[in-house]
Amino acid sequence: MKLSIERGALLKAVAQAQSVVERRNTIPILANVLIEAEGDTVQFRATDLDIEVVDRAPAHVDRAGATTVAATTLHEIVRKLPDGALVTLTADSAAGRLAVDAGRSSFSLATLPKEDFPVMASSEYESNFTAPAPVLRRLFDKSKFAISTEETRYYLNGVYMHVAEGEDGRVLRCVATDGHRLARIDAPLPEGAETMPGVIVPRKTVGELRKLLDDDEAKIAVSVSETKVRFATPAITLTSKVIDGTFPDYTRVIPQGNTRRLEVDASEFAKAVDRVATVSSERSRAVKLQLDEDRLILSVNAPDSGAAEEELAVAYGDDRLEIGFNAKYLLEIASQVDRENAVFMFNSAGDPTLMREGDDQSAVYVVMPMRV
Amino acid sequence: MPALCRDCLHPFETGSRCPACRSPRVLSHPELFSLSIAHMDCDAFYASVEKREDPSLADKPVIIGGRHRGVVSTACYVARIRGVRSAMPMFQALKLCPDAVVLKPRMSLYAEVSKQIRTMMEELTPAVQPLSLDEAFLDLSGTQRLHGAPPAVMLARLVRRMKDELGLTGSIGLSHNKFLAKVASDLDKPRGFRVIGKAETPDFLRDQPVRLIWGIGPASQEALDRAGIRTFADLLRWDRTALHARFGSMGERLWHLARGEDHRRVSAHEPVKSISSETTFDADTADPDILDGHIWRMAEKTADRAKARGLAGRVVTLKVKKADHAIITRRLSLREPAQLADTIYRTARGLYEQVAGEGPFRLLGCGISQLVPETEVSAAGDLLDPGARQRGEAERAADRIRARFGPDAIVKGRALR
Repeated sequence: MKLSIERGALLKAVAQAQSVVERRNTIPILANVLIEAEGDTVQFRATDLDIEVVDRAPAHVDRAGATTVAATTLHEIVRKLPDGALVTLTADSAAGRLAVDAGRSSFSLATLPKEDFPVMASSEYESNFTAPAPVLRRLFDKSKFAISTEETRYYLNGVYMHVAEGEDGRVLRCVATDGHRLARIDAPLPEGAETMPGVIVPRKTVGELRKLLDDDEAKIAVSVSETKVRFATPAITLTSKVIDGTFPDYTRVIPQGNTRRLEVDASEFAKAVDRVATVSSERSRAVKLQLDEDRLILSVNAPDSGAAEEELAVAYGDDRLEIGFNAKYLLEIASQVDRENAVFMFNSAGDPTLMREGDDQSAVYVVMPMRV
Repeated sequence: MPALCRDCLHPFETGSRCPACRSPRVLSHPELFSLSIAHMDCDAFYASVEKREDPSLADKPVIIGGRHRGVVSTACYVARIRGVRSAMPMFQALKLCPDAVVLKPRMSLYAEVSKQIRTMMEELTPAVQPLSLDEAFLDLSGTQRLHGAPPAVMLARLVRRMKDELGLTGSIGLSHNKFLAKVASDLDKPRGFRVIGKAETPDFLRDQPVRLIWGIGPASQEALDRAGIRTFADLLRWDRTALHARFGSMGERLWHLARGEDHRRVSAHEPVKSISSETTFDADTADPDILDGHIWRMAEKTADRAKARGLAGRVVTLKVKKADHAIITRRLSLREPAQLADTIYRTARGLYEQVAGEGPFRLLGCGISQLVPETEVSAAGDLLDPGARQRGEAERAADRIRARFGPDAIVKGRALR
């Protein structure tokens, strides 16, 4: 195998591949990236056995072929090469080396046979559809903060992507929860997605997927089966196993009968929460919300370190209410709001509280209160 | 030589009987009124508490421990005369003393009594370092003017008060550091009061075996044996670097202890690292229902202790011992520290599923570690487990009932399995 490629294109392709590779590997081949050159493209493939990413880049191929080298080493080399350099990759299968040459730099990397590289078995997808990148970006960006890291409830370690019945018909919905807060984000159902089985997309996949979604114009081809999910652009294909578990029935978690309505400027609110929380150093910092006629008092009382209080002008017209929340959860939820005011719907100090952006039902958050 | 009557607390100068009350229980030592580090050790604590609770047991041999298969945790002095020792397997103890009354330990009762003793000790000095329910170090340095009496008098008053108010006896060791104080308290148990002064320390230690040192178990003992070290005199022949080279940090400590030096302070806030409870079964079992009952009881005991200390643990551990004595432990880190028996039980139950196939078992234990103050437990409820909050409240309510009406006032059904 021998090929030449521009440094920028190579860096982009290798960067995406190496980020899938786990830093600590017990199986040496999993630390490697599989490089395959044919026609006028070079393809980089990396996997951790749960996720596989394939990156394609145009290249001048002198001699078709394939080999594998350490992904992080190759990435580091390419990253340090000067911008605009032309990089030549030459595999010497007899010596088991890959030569990387650019200008006056030359590197020789150990390779492992391409036959040893595990390629994820292809499978039948029950549903194939296309979605604009910004739509998927919103679905995952607004839900991923609520993904759980708890090992015991592994089925919460991802975003549950499924078809659901929304306010105005069927929607493509992403839900994530860790038991303390929940995010439910809806998007119009893309054509062809109706038959999609609900899948739990693992946390790491959500992170990798994000890199495909930066381009506002991009259309993402999505394929879903019971066990796998695939996201593809012309240059990158990301295939991932989904979490083998049942996502809990979240619908009964979302409060329906909360009537006390608070409307507040989300960024003012977030800043105030952040300020008062400063006095407490505990891991689970509790912020108390005291609600009265068009007035909100946020306060933190940490017996060991101090106390803080801040008053905000808000829209609130119901009975007096005192309720406490984990400051971090409040901040994370408030920071999801970007267009309108945050609307909180409370019931009592012991019941889950609902938050949404204005009256937009397509993004709904639930947070559990704390005793304060 | 300064002397003190242990009965009427009258200090005097000479004589083998108290000039005031004629009691022969006289304590005299050249350094009696200048030493201030003490170790208090209750005499056969669990057994004494049980005898106090049930006076009919007073002259009977009483053994506290698991009924058939467990080990002796405490034997009263009547049983000790027959050769019963703590940590002895129960069957052996019963062979020596077939008429013994064997009682299951009632930890919460002992904890309560222990608290009363602790309160008495804390009236003497804030520097009380409990080692367990029935023993503690006390540093009474600088308290003489406060109490208007030297430490020795206050300590004699403490044991007299324990006897009068709680019906329990204890032994005191008084010396110039923790190591010697602990050694001293053991020298003439029960109802002992032994003083080891600075001047006599080298003579006292010289021919003592090194296993006297707290923390020297069979393994260290063997290592010391191999080095030809049996007594403190042997130890004194080694120089500091050689000891350090051979035994590492323990060598450093040995060098100091050989000279009767121990610089550890009596610290009231020795952090607890873990809380756990375990039980040895009467018969090996793989019965999931029986084991489930044990998991619950051990979780509940662990939770009781955690609650009493205001602590919660981020890690829950399950320990089982197989019939061949092989020990298996499984642990799980939780996102929220656990304090409730309900949480510990549910987590341990999940861990049990991982080892269930390894049965039958002879022992099971539950514990928590990576302890944090209970105030760090997030009070946020669980959206997906709406029952958790109710179960937590039910448990706290049950705790209040038990605190008021006794430990058996309310129990879970599964505790009876």
